[in-house]
Amino acid sequence: MSQARANPVNAVAMHGALILYTLIALFPVFVILINSFKTRKAIFREPLALPDSDSFSLIGYETVMKQGDFFLYFQNSMIVTVVSLFFILLFGSMAAFALAEYRFKGNMLMGLYLALGIMIPIRIGTVAILEMMVATGLVNTLWALILVYTAQGLPLAVFILSEFMRQVSDDLKSAARVDGLSEYAIFLRLVLPLVRPAMATVAVFNMIPIWNDLWFPLILAPSEETKTLTLGSQVFIGQFVTNWNAVLSALSMAILPVLVLYVIFSRQLIRGLTSGAVK
Amino acid sequence: MAALSLSNVSKSFGKVEVLKDINIEVEDGEFVVFVGPSGCGKSTLLRVIAGLEDATTGDVQIGGVVVNHTPPSRRGIAMVFQSYALYPHLNVYKNMSLALKQERQSKAVIEARVAKACRMLNLEEYLDRYPSELSGGQRQRVAIGRAIVREPRLFLFDEPLSNLDAALRMNTRLEIAGLHDALGASMIYVTHDQTEAMTLADKIVVLRDGRVEQAGSPMELYNNPANQFVAGFLGSPSMNFLPAGFIAKGDDRTIGIRPEDLQLVEEGSLTATVQHVERLGGDTNVIARVDEHKLTARLFGQHSIEQGQTIRLGFSAQRLYYFDAQGRRLS
Repeated sequence: MSQARANPVNAVAMHGALILYTLIALFPVFVILINSFKTRKAIFREPLALPDSDSFSLIGYETVMKQGDFFLYFQNSMIVTVVSLFFILLFGSMAAFALAEYRFKGNMLMGLYLALGIMIPIRIGTVAILEMMVATGLVNTLWALILVYTAQGLPLAVFILSEFMRQVSDDLKSAARVDGLSEYAIFLRLVLPLVRPAMATVAVFNMIPIWNDLWFPLILAPSEETKTLTLGSQVFIGQFVTNWNAVLSALSMAILPVLVLYVIFSRQLIRGLTSGAVK
Repeated sequence: MAALSLSNVSKSFGKVEVLKDINIEVEDGEFVVFVGPSGCGKSTLLRVIAGLEDATTGDVQIGGVVVNHTPPSRRGIAMVFQSYALYPHLNVYKNMSLALKQERQSKAVIEARVAKACRMLNLEEYLDRYPSELSGGQRQRVAIGRAIVREPRLFLFDEPLSNLDAALRMNTRLEIAGLHDALGASMIYVTHDQTEAMTLADKIVVLRDGRVEQAGSPMELYNNPANQFVAGFLGSPSMNFLPAGFIAKGDDRTIGIRPEDLQLVEEGSLTATVQHVERLGGDTNVIARVDEHKLTARLFGQHSIEQGQTIRLGFSAQRLYYFDAQGRRLS
């Protein structure tokens, strides 16, 4: 079967395109990584050269470790990202289940209303959000960020998850009801495991923008104790002088945890797709 | 005591009336088949009985108790679905024991009941498998087993055989009939296939457009249909209908005649042109035209009839059914 389908020209073209895309996507990451191990002069002299014995230097990493509380920033970013993802998945899947499963007046309108957020950038409301956070005393707390990111992620989460939940067979849910499972049990023990690949997709889509965001940490939580990694790295970027070694080292370290989270979620994605869950 | 009794049950989805004033009694131990064309409301009726849908008006009584507001799991019913509806992330044992666990039965009871059901259905070797590792027939047996372990007062089957291939369908049909004998439980079975209905039922309920057209034993319905719809729906090949004017001038009724009641006769009163011949070995089905009307004759044995040939068909007048313009049976 694969013999009949494998046209060598097609295969080469396809792999060529994919390899080219991979190279383009990885190139900036590669440049950041190699330059983070070079001396300042070497970075400017030959930005694309690999570090050799002359140009190799860990000065960037040393600066990052010494200056600023890098581990605290790291921890803040991690907390904000993981807690936000948890809330997005929890509330998103609950709303999606209600929309997909129950017939009630205004179901359609509610779905559209919840999806509206996909089209309106949350940053338009920054001033109002800031006023709200000041009024509730949440400025300079991680909760300010978590709440905003949860709100930002929910529309897409509800949209994607409700589509997937509609595909879970009705008979399956009916069978569970006949077997005496409560609506909560149907949601938690039957539907959620079946839409796990969709949950992983939502998690990956939301994780990276949250981790990389500079805007809201800068506005809502710029205090030393609540700085995120992206905001923390900004201390090395000055108006007149930028400590490139430190910036690049900080960024290199910031990539790692996202990579780990991504690998975890993408494995879920693949397992979900290949398990043949629904007949 | 009736296992199930429906009185004046109606169901509407918005403005669409799906079930209209349904009254049905199911005796203890009876095998009742709901049959009708697709969209006649038979599955909805089953879901109303199961409690998956609420009736808009009317009462559902199971074992003499009104269960209008009882959730499905407390109605003493078990249901088998067309798509099997096995939990894909649980193995066969867990699929079958889930409902008992929800009822907080002791472990010993659960194991005994699952073991018993597995013996009846030959599922012992598959207990550790997941649904995706089973064939269609095995999945359907697991779905039936999941119903059996609950020892319900009433079994509900929603087109359980329509996803199986023909040979398997016949075997499973026999198995379900065997189960009914072995368990002695009341069963309600929904299908659009009249063969399943005829072969399995103690009582057939024919539904059309949300109404009960006729209810009765298979032979009663076959021999004594109340109207043209029931007459045409039961029996395979289905009954032939002709304007009575072909036989007696000026008669405006419709006559119905079963394909097996038509014979090849030299002096037959109907002259027909053969359009198609189906040779089944034991039987020969001749599809012929009388003017623009199609007739099917089911002849016993093998016949050398060719397409395009003109034949004469005869029948005995006692075998005729008469219907009026509204399709009602006339005696």
